[in-house]
Amino acid sequence: MTDVVNPALAGTGTGLPHVTDDHAETGHEAHGPTGILKWLTSTDHKVIGLSYMITSLVMFYLAGIMALVIRAQLATPGGALNLSFAQYNTLFTMHGSLMLYLFAGPFAFGGLANYIVPLQVGAPDMAFPRLNALSYWLYLTGSITMMLGFVTASGAAQFGWVAYPPLSNAANSPGAGADLWIMALVLTGFSAIFTGVNLVSTIFYLRAPGMTMFRMPIFTWNMLVTAILILIAFPVLTGALVMLFCDRHFGTHIYTVAGCHIAGHPGLPAACGVPVLYQHLFWFFGHPEVYILALPFFGIVTEVIPVFSRKPVFGYKGMVFATLSIAALSTGVWAHHMFTTGVVLLPFFSLLSLLIAVPTGIKFFNWIGTMWGGQILFNTPMLFSLGFLFAFLMGGVTGVMLASPPIDFFTHDTYFVVAHFHQVLFGTAVFAGFAGLYYWYPKMFGRMLRDGLGKWHFWLTFIGFWLTFMPQYYVGLQGMPRRVAVYPSNLGWEVWNQLSTVGAFMIGLGFFLLLVNFVVSWRNPIPAGDNPWDAQTLEWYTTSPPPHHNYTHLPPIRSERPTWDANHPDARTIRHGPHANGNAKGNGKPPPGGNGSSGGAGDEVPVG
Amino acid sequence: MPAGTSRDRHLGGSDGRRRRPRGTRLGLLAAVAGGVLLAGCQVPSFGAYRGSTPQAQDAFKLWQFFFIMGLIVGGIVLALILWSVFRYRRRSEAIPRQTQYHTVVEIFYTVTPIVIVAFLFAFTVITENKVDATPKADVNITVTAFQWGWRFDYPQTGKSVAGETLQDPVMEVPTGQSVAITLVSADVVHGFYVPKFNFSRYALPGVVNHFNFTVLHDGLFRAQCTQLCGLYHSLMFFQVHSVPPAQFQAWVHRIGRGAPSVQALKNQLDAKGPGG
Repeated sequence: MTDVVNPALAGTGTGLPHVTDDHAETGHEAHGPTGILKWLTSTDHKVIGLSYMITSLVMFYLAGIMALVIRAQLATPGGALNLSFAQYNTLFTMHGSLMLYLFAGPFAFGGLANYIVPLQVGAPDMAFPRLNALSYWLYLTGSITMMLGFVTASGAAQFGWVAYPPLSNAANSPGAGADLWIMALVLTGFSAIFTGVNLVSTIFYLRAPGMTMFRMPIFTWNMLVTAILILIAFPVLTGALVMLFCDRHFGTHIYTVAGCHIAGHPGLPAACGVPVLYQHLFWFFGHPEVYILALPFFGIVTEVIPVFSRKPVFGYKGMVFATLSIAALSTGVWAHHMFTTGVVLLPFFSLLSLLIAVPTGIKFFNWIGTMWGGQILFNTPMLFSLGFLFAFLMGGVTGVMLASPPIDFFTHDTYFVVAHFHQVLFGTAVFAGFAGLYYWYPKMFGRMLRDGLGKWHFWLTFIGFWLTFMPQYYVGLQGMPRRVAVYPSNLGWEVWNQLSTVGAFMIGLGFFLLLVNFVVSWRNPIPAGDNPWDAQTLEWYTTSPPPHHNYTHLPPIRSERPTWDANHPDARTIRHGPHANGNAKGNGKPPPGGNGSSGGAGDEVPVG
Repeated sequence: MPAGTSRDRHLGGSDGRRRRPRGTRLGLLAAVAGGVLLAGCQVPSFGAYRGSTPQAQDAFKLWQFFFIMGLIVGGIVLALILWSVFRYRRRSEAIPRQTQYHTVVEIFYTVTPIVIVAFLFAFTVITENKVDATPKADVNITVTAFQWGWRFDYPQTGKSVAGETLQDPVMEVPTGQSVAITLVSADVVHGFYVPKFNFSRYALPGVVNHFNFTVLHDGLFRAQCTQLCGLYHSLMFFQVHSVPPAQFQAWVHRIGRGAPSVQALKNQLDAKGPGG
């Protein structure tokens, strides 16, 4: 990629940020290396985005297989697979770590955002292409580092994906597996931070002429807010983990209590260091992280639902402010993971947690308002988006329950919580995530995924999802703790666990069909064309896959859906009240270059 | 609300169709108010335990309230989604009206949830203060959680009970008398959880936790560590045995002072595996 001019520099001054000096011609992919060398050396956001997605899907399937092993073990009270306690603890630790750190986040803000955001704002690449490549290679290195725990003598980490000390200290979790886990998160944490920097810079500085902030697609808006949350949350995690590493190896006592005593309780270790400090730091990362893993997926369904309803996003600005409110609130709710510690101010964290229901509710009503009066088609991306709505509704309602400390007291650390967060995260990262995959796959490869197989994938996943997690709410309320490899046989929990296991294997079958779909669709390609879904946002204006540096020409950008405006000049957005006539003259200042004020819908802006 | 009615048309439905959910919502909110008054009488348990302590019963009533609110709000949203999906499935290639904003509706669905949250929060705080109250109690017990078992000390008499994993140690308490628990950990974070008391609390190294309960009827209550604490977390059981006060006094006098120490139990577990 010797020919890449720093797009940030190219963008300033010229007023046409997507112009680089030597790219007037089209079809210049041949400049760079091809084949394996392309994947190893590319700084193209599309190649890096695909690398991210492929790696994170590998992690998803590995973590999914671990989930199936866990569910198989729990099919009988004594453990159907006869796993040892150590094996079981390793499995759920690595299942959670892979899903949360190496799949859900990287798939969304490493993969989809990397690929889609520059296209949606009309940029030729990310602001810092080399930093982008560094992000990916850090992520890959971190992922491999975590998996290497399996080949150490003591096995991979076994302390749960949250790694609370003192359980995670050197005495209770000796061995290299735990250290590799910590270092893996430091590496992937830096990867996330760099991607966050890149996304914020790209969105602020590389938008095409006419692409004002309030004309950005909601997916891009959500990725901007996610990137800001990443910059708030991940450095705290990295710091917490570095301190944990120091406790393990350098003799610090930041989270340890050895050597001191509480007055009146001789023999009990007391606060020299403060173990609960780790929980505060971890969840100060962890709760924004929950929204780092949710906002991108909210963004995906907010792209899919309007397209398949043939309408604009209902309440666009309300949607943006709801996203901003969720982000703001999410930095003040971390201690709702710590209600049962007895050392946090319950009403404060309870109120802020309950309040998150308000902007989340706004989003729901906006999605409903988008479908309302539309012409809805049920292709695979739309089905997965609807699956998200149902799943997230259930996860959201139980989330409100958990925000109330007296209810949390008896559901915390039980299967009720397991069911809750799986419904939330499965709703977002899986239903919405794969809605995004089915939706943008044609743009990425110029060929369609099979819709029939996609529907089988959806229905197996959807039915399996409810079968897996609804029984878990019930056994949780009946007192089944999470993270147990065996459970008493005389409490009637067996049948519920078996239903859950059957559901999990249905999901597994669904995802096997996705692999089949990849193979079938690749071998017998159905060409997608530039815009197979009659989609609305800018990325559907360019070719599929997009050329090097994305656009040879741009449509005029006078609303948040320039492609729709170009294709349906007579079907403009209807606005009322304070928003009236916004589409006629644009609601931002005239873009540099003067393109925004000219002509009808058909005139294209040449690039370069 | 004439302005609202005229705007309703832009959502693509007729006025009658638009109004129905709103009326239903108000009616259901009234039903909730009634439901709250009745909570604890004939309302179903929704899968949770009704509770064997006053604290547990308070938490249970809160659970019922939240569950009913969840059913109503979740039900309305679910109905709206299903209605949109079935009513507006594509029947022609015509491009629908491109409505994007409806200020009145948007304000309505912003303000209503805030009001609901205010009610949820108020009921939460009232319940929380009852559940968390720690007045002076009849019996004090210091609970020490360790990898992987429990030790129960009765400081008023100097007696204690202890056991690891499958030994399933039993904490005796007098029925109808208030019990004050002092909860500590000897090593890592554990969770003290008695399902039928609708309560759990961390045993957190460096922190001394206090809570009270009064068991309302005789019985044997299974209990378990809920917080992942290492290898034998799955087996870290104990039980709470509630007996009449006289029987409790007899039991306290009968047991010896020789309960094994935490360290002795850990050594035993290391040497012989769970349950000895």
